[in-house]
Amino acid sequence: MNFELSEEQTLLQNMARDFATREVLPKAAEIDQKHRHPEELVVRMAELGLMGVAVPEQWGGSGMDNVSYVLAMEEISRACASTGVIMSVNNSLVCDPLLRFGTDEQRREFLVPLASGQKLGCFALSEPEAGSDAAAQRTVAIPDGDSWVINGTKNWITNGLVADVMILFAMSNKEQGNRGISAFIVPMDSPGVRCGQADDKLGIRGSKSSQVFLDDAKLPPSALLGEVGQGFKVAMSTLDGGRIGIAAQALGIARACLEDSLDYALQRKTFGRAIAQHQAIQWKLADMATEIDAARLLTLRAAAYKDTGQPYGKQAAMAKLYASDVANRAAREAIQIFGGNGYVTEFPVERHFRDAKITEIYEGTSEIQRLVISGHLIKEHS
Amino acid sequence: MQFELSEEQMLIRRTARDFARRTLAPGAAERDRLSEFPGPELRELAGLGLLGVAVPDRLGGAEAGAVAYALAMQELAYCDASVAAIVSVTNMVAELISRVGTEAQQRTHVPRVTGGEYECASFALSEPQAGSDPAAMATRAERTASGWRLTGTKQWVTSGDRAGLIVVWAVTDAKAGHRGISAFLVPGKSEGLHVNRAEDKMGLRGSTTVQLNFDGVELADDALLGELDQGFKLALIALDGGRIGIASQAVGIARSALDAAIKYALEREQFGRAIINHQAVGNMLADCATWLDAAELLCLRAARLKEIGARFSKEASMAKLFASEHAVKLCDIALQVHGGYGYTRDFPVERAYRDVRVTKIYEGTSEIQRIVIARNLIKEASGE
Repeated sequence: MNFELSEEQTLLQNMARDFATREVLPKAAEIDQKHRHPEELVVRMAELGLMGVAVPEQWGGSGMDNVSYVLAMEEISRACASTGVIMSVNNSLVCDPLLRFGTDEQRREFLVPLASGQKLGCFALSEPEAGSDAAAQRTVAIPDGDSWVINGTKNWITNGLVADVMILFAMSNKEQGNRGISAFIVPMDSPGVRCGQADDKLGIRGSKSSQVFLDDAKLPPSALLGEVGQGFKVAMSTLDGGRIGIAAQALGIARACLEDSLDYALQRKTFGRAIAQHQAIQWKLADMATEIDAARLLTLRAAAYKDTGQPYGKQAAMAKLYASDVANRAAREAIQIFGGNGYVTEFPVERHFRDAKITEIYEGTSEIQRLVISGHLIKEHS
Repeated sequence: MQFELSEEQMLIRRTARDFARRTLAPGAAERDRLSEFPGPELRELAGLGLLGVAVPDRLGGAEAGAVAYALAMQELAYCDASVAAIVSVTNMVAELISRVGTEAQQRTHVPRVTGGEYECASFALSEPQAGSDPAAMATRAERTASGWRLTGTKQWVTSGDRAGLIVVWAVTDAKAGHRGISAFLVPGKSEGLHVNRAEDKMGLRGSTTVQLNFDGVELADDALLGELDQGFKLALIALDGGRIGIASQAVGIARSALDAAIKYALEREQFGRAIINHQAVGNMLADCATWLDAAELLCLRAARLKEIGARFSKEASMAKLFASEHAVKLCDIALQVHGGYGYTRDFPVERAYRDVRVTKIYEGTSEIQRIVIARNLIKEASGE
């Protein structure tokens, strides 16, 4: 049992922190205000090896572990949660399933450019009528000789408007329910693939999400990721890893709340002293810091389990459930510490407050995480 | 970053678990009901090395480190929180003397603490008017020709009526505030030492908590522990470690309550199915399991930092604050899941609910932990 980082992990953490502080943080408010996809930061993250942190070097990644990925995600998200989720989707939801389920041919063609950041990926599971109940897929994949024809609508597709490649899920055999879902690799410029307008969101406004329409999109046999009918497994196992990324994003947002609050509380004076000297404020800071550390340990544990090849579904759900809860509480308290200044866009905490909310919703709502966890408890105790 | 336990840590945990489930669990409810002190159980714990888990081998300890200690405390508390409280204080005293005592003090006292000759050890810091603010203490130690004379009253002394050795804090320089406090090693049967009263407590009823009166207790020169007037620092050092013990105790109690609640929720059927399959119940248990894992990780992190000689004061406070606050919340939910049955003594969750409450109070209230944490944050943010 030890909590020390390796030299390599520390180096990556420092590099990510340095980059986030110097290049990402100064732009975060503007990215949010303009709803701007930070293309130039994605290019820089690619140069720094952050778009495929845990992908082996042979497949275009940085060849590091998932603990390192968490450390880097926290740093980027601490500066800008929108930039964080762009990174998380590419790493967790696109590169990871390509690595685990892709053939060498698919890895060469798609994973190498995605993990090295030459291309950007997106993940298309949710639909207008299939959110938490992901198995209720209405998008269909009909075999046409050796090929597939896809029709349907996907919802909330982060990066969709700016992505080159999509991991797509569709029902290939309706009778078989869960086991009738298949996963596909789809270049976004394929005929019949079209994105809707960017969603106008409460937070993470620098991350473009939209609907994706599939209108008789024809895919070659080589587009199939994994086996026919294996799609639900691909999706669920991918989301287990994705939850680690979102937990790390939530951690970054929570830490931004704490650090901004601390700075402010040390400067702002009431009743003759810095508000950081009033117990009422100290308590908020102490609770925030404690909960953030707890959330970080849960997140790192899930990542370490993934790295050592242990089952980590429950641990990832716990990390995501708790870290997202902490981020929202920290954001609420941060605004309170800032008072009126917390309510205006001149200060960063109202952005944190808006950004934090999504972490309780995407890649499995908090309600779904609890179902996952209680399912494990039942199994363990039966 | 590695979450697996070492062989030695697993061995200590298994030893504590086997002992707790085999020997402590069967009598825990009875000892609670009768307020019975676990004398025979302590003798066995001494034999297993669990009264000095992180104490050097040469002084009779298991020398297994702070992580192993935290694990052992969880296991004892899982079955009997009263025993865990007594063992926690005893370990704290043994560790403190091995760390700051003279060679002679170490050799005289530590093996007797860890080996069970003293039955257990006590820590006498709080007073009727000095709880969270120990610098307000009134007990004083005056110089005599041959040593010291101790006069005053100490409050909330765990095992104070049983311990063979008590570490007592007293004012040695009344003008110097908290820089005028010293620590003394006081034999449990000293002349002039009286038990004023034993507290009738809500929980931890298998442990004793007493008020002690020191009526001119004469101590030899070598009773002084650590340097003169440096006692406040010793108390803080001991409490930093002690907080890991209490955090572990909270985790252990909460784990037993959660396991009981899950077991009950799997068996109990309402509306045609096990209540755990109702989201209202399953969701609560999912939250509990999540908090508990987080609490355990905070505990083990603080222990690990202590073990490698890093600073761990903030982390110990975080562990204690988080573990105790969430353990209390968790035991409440575990009782709720049991419904009316949880309110009866037929189910152990009723005892857990009472036992766990004190973890938010002793060895530094939650309010004090938050202040410790905030001060550390302010220091870090100010670049100190």
